[in-house]
Amino acid sequence: MREQIMNHTLSTVQIKPASRVPEFLRKKKRWNEILIQGFLFFCGFVSILTTIGIVFELGKESLLFFANPDVSLLEFFTNTRWQPSIGEFGILPLATSTLLTTLIAMIVALPVGLSAAIFLSEYASSKARSVLKPILEILAGVPTVVYGYFALTFMTPVLRGIFGEQNVEIYNTLSAGLVMGIMILPLVSSMSEDALTAVPRSLREAAYGLGSTRLETAVQIVVPAALSGIIAAFIIAISRAIGETMIVAIAAGSGSNFTFNPFKAAETMTGYIARISGGDVGYDTPDYNSIFAIGLVLFLVTLGLNILSRRLSAKYREVYE
Amino acid sequence: MIDHQTQTKPPIISAEDLCIFYGNFRAVKNVDMKIVPNQITAIIGPSGCGKSTVLRSFNRMNDFIPNCHVTGKITFHGHNIYDEDVDPVQVRQKIGMVFQKPNPFPKSIFDNVAWGLKINGMKGDLSEPVEQALKQAALWDEVKDHLKKSGLSLSGGQQQRLCIARALAVKPDIILMDEPCSALDPIATLKIEDLMRELSKDYTIIIVTHNMQQAARASDYTAFFTMDSDRAGVMVEYGETSHIFTNPQDKRTEDYITGRYG
Amino acid sequence: MNEYTDLAGESNTNLQKRHRDSKIWRTIFYASTAAAIIILAILILSIVNQAFGLVVLKNTVEPEKISSVPLEQLSSQDLIKILKKNLTSNRYKTIDRDMPFTARSQADLVDLVIAEVVKPTVVDSYHLDVSILHRNEIMARAAEKYPNGHVEFHSWLNPEFITRSMSSTPELAGVRTAIFGSLWIILITVLVAFPTGVGAAIYLEEYAASNRINKIIQTNIDNLAGVPSIIYGILGLAIFVRGLGYFTGGGFLGSGETGGRTILSAGLTMALLILPILIINAQEAIRAVPRSLREASYGLGATKWQTIWHHVLPSALPGILTGTILAISRAIGETAPLILVGASSFINRDPSSVFSRFTALPIQIYNWTTRPQDEFRNIAAAAILVLLVLLLSLNAFAILMRNRFTRRIS
Ligand SMILES: Nc1ncnc2c1ncn2[C@@H]1O[C@H](COP(=O)(O)OP(=O)(O)OP(=O)(O)O)[C@@H](O)[C@H]1O
Ligand SMILES: [Mg+2]
Repeated sequence: MREQIMNHTLSTVQIKPASRVPEFLRKKKRWNEILIQGFLFFCGFVSILTTIGIVFELGKESLLFFANPDVSLLEFFTNTRWQPSIGEFGILPLATSTLLTTLIAMIVALPVGLSAAIFLSEYASSKARSVLKPILEILAGVPTVVYGYFALTFMTPVLRGIFGEQNVEIYNTLSAGLVMGIMILPLVSSMSEDALTAVPRSLREAAYGLGSTRLETAVQIVVPAALSGIIAAFIIAISRAIGETMIVAIAAGSGSNFTFNPFKAAETMTGYIARISGGDVGYDTPDYNSIFAIGLVLFLVTLGLNILSRRLSAKYREVYE
Repeated sequence: MIDHQTQTKPPIISAEDLCIFYGNFRAVKNVDMKIVPNQITAIIGPSGCGKSTVLRSFNRMNDFIPNCHVTGKITFHGHNIYDEDVDPVQVRQKIGMVFQKPNPFPKSIFDNVAWGLKINGMKGDLSEPVEQALKQAALWDEVKDHLKKSGLSLSGGQQQRLCIARALAVKPDIILMDEPCSALDPIATLKIEDLMRELSKDYTIIIVTHNMQQAARASDYTAFFTMDSDRAGVMVEYGETSHIFTNPQDKRTEDYITGRYG
Repeated sequence: MNEYTDLAGESNTNLQKRHRDSKIWRTIFYASTAAAIIILAILILSIVNQAFGLVVLKNTVEPEKISSVPLEQLSSQDLIKILKKNLTSNRYKTIDRDMPFTARSQADLVDLVIAEVVKPTVVDSYHLDVSILHRNEIMARAAEKYPNGHVEFHSWLNPEFITRSMSSTPELAGVRTAIFGSLWIILITVLVAFPTGVGAAIYLEEYAASNRINKIIQTNIDNLAGVPSIIYGILGLAIFVRGLGYFTGGGFLGSGETGGRTILSAGLTMALLILPILIINAQEAIRAVPRSLREASYGLGATKWQTIWHHVLPSALPGILTGTILAISRAIGETAPLILVGASSFINRDPSSVFSRFTALPIQIYNWTTRPQDEFRNIAAAAILVLLVLLLSLNAFAILMRNRFTRRIS
């Protein structure tokens, strides 16, 4: 057998090698492999189709929305009233309440989340970490509708108890914002912790070597070193808050309201979309189209924030890898 | 460079003006090497001189390194294996490989050996060829009573012989070994060396090693590689092992084998 | 000399201050972390608090009025007579059609009389904390306000709650239809997202050369993972409900009355929603498979797909499954996209196919939460407990599965 091969070699060498590849080396058409690869590529391409779908549908319906003679782009961004039924289409009241709930959420989530991250990465024993981290994960896994329920049935009564029923409306942005902060807290702490733990040990040791305390090492050395990673976490948190729907839909109230008073009810962009689409909204009505216009604003803002965040964390990883 | 005696027997595989690049970095340059069939050829040289790179180019294992590419020729059965119309999968069936760290599949001992047969289209009862491969790899006696056990439950030396058995089962012409003993203790190493000697009756073996004694002991031919001034690996000297070790022609070879390298 | 002592003294107090600061902040950091535990406890307690408690029940018709002896002692015939007398003929016929009265057991009929005629309704309900702390006051007040009523401890989460379907009376409402809806949706989601997600992950990790299109795909997936879920809902509304309504509504099979607001649309929307997370998780699992395993396989002359199918995927499977289950957990709790694709909380028929209209557990929770009556809050709490138990068991299952697979492979 082996000799045969050797003979074969000798003879082919004589016929000029390039002319024929021996059968056992020749390229086979493996149709199944080609089909499978095609299928796998398609699977990856589905994500592109999704994006195209989002951009196309949001864009198309938004165009229809702005084609409505009652709506102008200028009015959309400057009018302080959003009342489609009477032809008032200003996104401002929806946007400000989104901003307000987001701001309140960040006031809770950022400092507490970062503190928790510092504790977990700089102070906690591995045993403490093994207890605390799963709890944060559970908190992160609670569906947002449950948080909404919590806001309405627990947080709101508590706030009304503290600030007085006459001051705090049943639906208010403060309650929604606070609970949203709780919801986002685990995200901030886990992403910040990742950033902190990625700071090389040698840097901490250098600081301790100079006689600095744990706090000084953590706050003056580690946190600044991880800063772009932490900021990336903060930005993702903001994006999450802006896109969050159920908590505000349940607890922040319905009906747009141009106000910065956190005790008042005010509908957010997401809350509006959820409420309008909850009924059987007829296609091609201004209501229907407005969902898409607001959705487009939402999409662009969150996308921008996400891209910014990933740029920052990529920069951060570059430094330490 | 190779002496005349060996030229009489046609080489089973040969490199001609082989250069290998990682991106823009030329890791190996201008290698000409004719491998004599049914002999053991050792590749030695300092770390980073491109031994693994050359070895892996013999069965197109470098294809999996994203930016690695090759110029020159590697002729196997009279045909350049880097030609368009050659199937790298088929090349690897003919030219098997044993790696530095034993890497059995997380499967039973039997399946480890049988898998290569299955993917090559062999059906039915595989116990016969599996047994044969394990016997060839001198592992049969140690494992015959528990073929169902995981390949990972074996000792390092046994795992490496399992990997050899696995490679033998698909009946390659050539077996490439990249420092197959570096993770093993001296006794397991000697076992593998004996095994190589035994196998060279039926197979051609190319082995990369850092162990000079191993090269001297176990190989028929030796190629010495080193790094050139531009960090590219070059083949300095290639010939019968006895010649290389007793009468090196190049100063660099001499320095290396006498331990004066670096 | 003097100078030095001074300096030492100063730096000593300075050091003390520094240590004190360090301690204070340590406490603050710790408190922030511990806050998570406290919040989780409050969250769960506040839900439990509303899912159990005392209720005041009042009968619409007192049993004494319809029968002189206790209902349990009546014969089947008598019970049927009572039903015939007290129900509208339509209602009577409907019930008979469901299952003939004559075919029902006596105990069954007693239940029926209680449910249809006596109709005890909850006229007042109390949270668990109040029920325990102020039991006597509640009793006293109930006796005064509802002389005929009686007070009992009620678990809003009970077997009937899980097996009953939707109703507009809170104490008769259940989540069966919603659970079925959620399960159907998840089924579709998994069937679509799992193969697609794993396929995409394989493509990106094993096949994709680092060329432009593949980089775009990867970046795009990372970006999609951050898109708010409500946007997916809008996409689902536009594409699956409206654009493809003929298919997702079963119109092409001749049953198009649902107009695309079906389980199929919901499942597909959810699939798109979890796809990026699933892909990213699966990619990580595939990346963790050691290169040596692939090389061993290729070294034997295996093709790419043989290597992937026989070695890479089995090794990556535990990670892929865990990632998938995490993604599914997310999908089960998602509410906003379902609102957009037309979940309706007034569905009381179990879904029979993917073309059925649907409700789902989180939708029921949302709907009940937004009703003003207290009793709806109670059943919302009970439904939340069902949802959380479902999620918890799913995650436990994931962990078990991962452990089993890891053991088998090593
Ligand atoms: N995947 C890769 N990408 C880029 N460069 C590589 C890669 N693999 C190896 N190299 C480079 O190619 C050169 C040769 O590497 P190779 O692994 O072939 O050396 P070697 O002689 O086998 O060394 P050792 O004895 O340490 O195994 C080295 O400079 C190495 O840095
Ligand atoms: Mg090497």
